[in-house]
Amino acid sequence: MFGRLTIEALPLYSWVAVGGAAVTVGGALLVAIVVTWLKAWKYLWTEWLTSVDHKRIGIMYIVVALIMLVRGFVDAIMMRAQQAVALNSGGYLPPEHFDQIFSSHGTIMIFFMAMPFMTGLLNIAVPLQIGTRDVAFPFLNSLSLWLTSAGAGLVLVSLVIGKFSTAGWTGYPPYSGVEYTPGVGVDYWIWAILISGVGSTLSGINFIVTILKRRAPGMTLMRMPPFVWTALCTSVLMAFAFPALTVACGLLALDRLAGMHFFTNAHGGNMMNYPNLFWIWGHPEVYILILPAFGVFSEVVSTFSRKRLFGYESLVYATAAIAILSFTVWLHHFFTMGSSANVNAFFGITTMIIAVPTGVKVFNWLLTMYRGRIEFHPSMLWSIGFMVTFVIGGMTGVLLAIPSADFLMHNTTFLVAHFHNMIIPGVLFGYLAGYMYWFPKAFGFAFDRAWGARSFWCWFVGFYLAFMPLYILGFKGMPRRMEHYNDPSWQPYLMVAALGAVVVLCGIGCMVMQLYVSIRDRDLTRDSTGDPWDGRTLEWSTSSPPPVYNFAVLPEVRDREPFLDMKERGVAYQRPAHYEDIYMPKNSMVGVVMGALAFVLGFAVIWYIWWLVIACGLAMWVAMIAKSSDDEAEYVIRAAEVAKIEEARYRALGSRAEGGT
Amino acid sequence: MSVMSAAERAHEREEAETREQKALGFWLYLMGDAVIFALLFATYVIMVNNTAGGPAGKDLFDLSNAALETMLLLISSTTFGMASLASKAGNRSAVLAWLLVTFVLGAGFVCLEIREFAGMIAVGAGPDRSGFLSAFFTLVGTHGVHVSVGLTWILIMSGQVLFKGLTLPVTSRLFRLGLFWHFLDIAWVGIFSIVYLPGLL
Repeated sequence: MFGRLTIEALPLYSWVAVGGAAVTVGGALLVAIVVTWLKAWKYLWTEWLTSVDHKRIGIMYIVVALIMLVRGFVDAIMMRAQQAVALNSGGYLPPEHFDQIFSSHGTIMIFFMAMPFMTGLLNIAVPLQIGTRDVAFPFLNSLSLWLTSAGAGLVLVSLVIGKFSTAGWTGYPPYSGVEYTPGVGVDYWIWAILISGVGSTLSGINFIVTILKRRAPGMTLMRMPPFVWTALCTSVLMAFAFPALTVACGLLALDRLAGMHFFTNAHGGNMMNYPNLFWIWGHPEVYILILPAFGVFSEVVSTFSRKRLFGYESLVYATAAIAILSFTVWLHHFFTMGSSANVNAFFGITTMIIAVPTGVKVFNWLLTMYRGRIEFHPSMLWSIGFMVTFVIGGMTGVLLAIPSADFLMHNTTFLVAHFHNMIIPGVLFGYLAGYMYWFPKAFGFAFDRAWGARSFWCWFVGFYLAFMPLYILGFKGMPRRMEHYNDPSWQPYLMVAALGAVVVLCGIGCMVMQLYVSIRDRDLTRDSTGDPWDGRTLEWSTSSPPPVYNFAVLPEVRDREPFLDMKERGVAYQRPAHYEDIYMPKNSMVGVVMGALAFVLGFAVIWYIWWLVIACGLAMWVAMIAKSSDDEAEYVIRAAEVAKIEEARYRALGSRAEGGT
Repeated sequence: MSVMSAAERAHEREEAETREQKALGFWLYLMGDAVIFALLFATYVIMVNNTAGGPAGKDLFDLSNAALETMLLLISSTTFGMASLASKAGNRSAVLAWLLVTFVLGAGFVCLEIREFAGMIAVGAGPDRSGFLSAFFTLVGTHGVHVSVGLTWILIMSGQVLFKGLTLPVTSRLFRLGLFWHFLDIAWVGIFSIVYLPGLL
């Protein structure tokens, strides 16, 4: 009846695990109690969970990302604490538990923090920046969100019921095969990734079509804002790289469930095929995450330097070049696997080449700042902190691109320091810059600057403290993922690294304070103009938060910086002669229901509850058929109602103008 | 009879654009699916000799069966083409008839494939026998699952044609089903030339 799910699945093997489970369950209960207390279930369901509005979907993606950021960070600080004390002793985490923690840390940060954060920013900004009313496939957008959330839910549930994978975030066989790791951990990992991976593929397709087909009149490709360009390249990578992840994890699942021999030791398995399949997705994934961050930096640096982006076209070509080259470097993740010297040399050289367009971009941003009137908004702090730090990570990457050097550093903490040095400044700083940049647009009130700046400084200093020692430890030969060690000369560095994690914790605390202070003071800081930064692109031309239809009249684009151009020509905020009816997509509960079914389906496969797998599969099938046969997916907002909403905005704009004189 | 307002005309235009966007989105999905097939082909090719002492392709494959499967699938693509033409001509009953023929041919293909798989498993050459057979069953089986999904889709679309008629949303869906069905042909031609022919020659 319940497959292999028994009472033994509760995490009673250690107090730390019980604590983790208690926090997870307690957090879920707390949210449920607060929503009930506010009597907000109906509001939540009709206005948010079933919404197909890209702005709301974007906000929900970022909520998921922030929750998972905290969860992933708890893993990180637990590892740093363990390594700080585990000299010649077991520390406080048994190896089995420590291995789960580094596996879930990587899995969460890549798949359930960075991916939803990125998709959330795309959702909030791209349709507004290209001047359209919604993405090409609004329902698919909701489905993507809920599939991603289902995957995140599976990772969270693994804390409470059963164990998570101990095979690292990459899940290499044969260790991750059923012969060596028979429990549910690897299955949790596989199904969380497979389900959310489908969501990411669909998001990629959705944004390619949105950007190629739904731009406002006059916005040629070479007039698209840099963030839209990076979003387009990232979407192409998502649509074509994620299928490779599906294949890698799918074949591993077949090995585990059906006794197949793709990656096993015996019976003609070829375990070396797995890293190839995995990294054919995995390397483009690095750029899937990093390109939109580059886009955010381009917007932020230009806006807060009060200058046009320097070398727009070179930045566009560099982005496209990176997108193509990203499919040609995957083997550098396993130089030590034993490919021939010529193969390693080829991938070493392509890896060095891909650093060139990335370097081009750094000069784009530096020269945009040169002689600009720079305003040190928190978003700008993240951007400058990124440039300084990212260049160090880029250089250590080129070092690792030399196969012979990689043989020495492979799987040491030098590697760990390198990729954190790319992903924390290159991805997370970028997303946080975007989060602070577009927050007033999404919510209509200011985001507290002081706490934002404090958060930046804590993250910045904490990052250096946490990861520079790991570079040194890598040179000293410390392997990654060590639960305990016996070399006393390592411990001081690990203590500094742990201190760094504490400083980052302060940074996260500042982010919480920033949210609290901003929401508390929201009535004092309403943004009536919709344009708090004297912006250049179309998202600033509509109100904050934008009406459901974004633009009452679709804007006409004449310049690469369309809104600045409108302000200069004096046609911004012009009242249109008349309004027209607007057709918008209806909300749909199918997305959230499909997500819930996918979650239960994943859970049932993991625990071998086959009748439930079949039931959920059939239910999803029926829901999809019903949804795809629906011809009435739109509703009308009448011109009179549009006029009413727009008049209210003009009154707000007008009162502000009078107040200013 | 009411005269169309400007907004309604604009909405018609929007709907045409929506159909175009759906076509592009579906093409992109097919290209992503092609990546899946490409990687399964690559995996098959590197594992084709990993028979682990078990049977190889030349012991298992039956060229006349594979040829028959090929015929059924290729002809079904032609008959789907006829259904598309009938849809363009607005001939509802012809669409239904051709969809039915397509369905029968596709179902015949799936039956032959199931029979082949069952026969192999019966002689101890199942997907858990060797790396080669894992790759074979996964590649060919993935294609078979796609065909089965296509068959279900044909049934659903037949129902829509029957009950809703050839409305714009229905013909737009029929168009995408056609893309899907022809795509499966291309994948099968790859399987025939990379799996069955080299396995037997």
